[in-house]
Amino acid sequence: MAQESLITEEMQKAIGQIVSSQVVEVTRSMIAKYLEAVGESNPLYWDEEYARRSEYGGVVAPPGLLLTIQMHGGSPRAHLPFKRPLERGVNAGSEWEFYRVVRPGDFIFSVVKLANLIERQGKKFGTMLFYVYEITFINQRGELVAKELHTSASY
Amino acid sequence: MMAKQRFFEEVAPGSEIGPLVKETSILLSVKWAGASGDYDPIHYDKEYAVSRGLPTTIVNGRLMVCFLVQMLTEWMGRGGTLRKVACQHRGMNLVGEPLTCRGKVTRKYEKSGEHYVECEIWVENPQGDRTGPGSALVTLPTRS
Repeated sequence: MAQESLITEEMQKAIGQIVSSQVVEVTRSMIAKYLEAVGESNPLYWDEEYARRSEYGGVVAPPGLLLTIQMHGGSPRAHLPFKRPLERGVNAGSEWEFYRVVRPGDFIFSVVKLANLIERQGKKFGTMLFYVYEITFINQRGELVAKELHTSASY
Repeated sequence: MMAKQRFFEEVAPGSEIGPLVKETSILLSVKWAGASGDYDPIHYDKEYAVSRGLPTTIVNGRLMVCFLVQMLTEWMGRGGTLRKVACQHRGMNLVGEPLTCRGKVTRKYEKSGEHYVECEIWVENPQGDRTGPGSALVTLPTRS
């Protein structure tokens, strides 16, 4: 049973393109909100006295903080250069690589690229479109901080 | 919480990581929304979640990854470094139910002077289903 693909030529052309980029300043207040939400109290993330005596030399952000940064400025799908054929979207998962610590006062530049578009037939939801995003996080010194491969499933 | 330092020599394939149990609530979802800027009402508005065909609000996937990261960083101790973490959101965790993060070491090896530990990690719902299967790569300090 041949079915026309939901992926138009316009959508196909967007693969490999940068979808959005943004800059976020990392603050102690942002870290505090993160710690409260996740329920963490590791002093490395908030106690300057303690952190200074550690090998880090000062307070650092928890690695998971980058998971909060990516939504500032809206979800990637809000910036796609085409109208999405399937409206509903859900976070299908992510893969992270961490290269450097982030500290309060750092500015994190993140660039979102649409890496792939995959169409699949699902049992529960019928036709599904998976948007795969590659996100690169760089600090104000131009150093690579992290990379994320994020998949969003729409149906 | 000051976690104890874990050394490369102490872990082996099969070593358990966690468990880390988290209670979930609308308040938790609201705190996460504020911290993350993700205001999807499916995580804190029950009427909306039900209108979308769900039994109730569901826990945000990114937040669950952060719980897994917490489990790993507490297990590693301050001298360990998280290099990679991955998680697929396969099933739902309902708000109001506890969720459990677990893991186990699958492999350890030395490479270019660093000591790597590969782990299988996951999030479970109260029924024991692995709603969020994943993996992680950490480096640990050695005693030598």
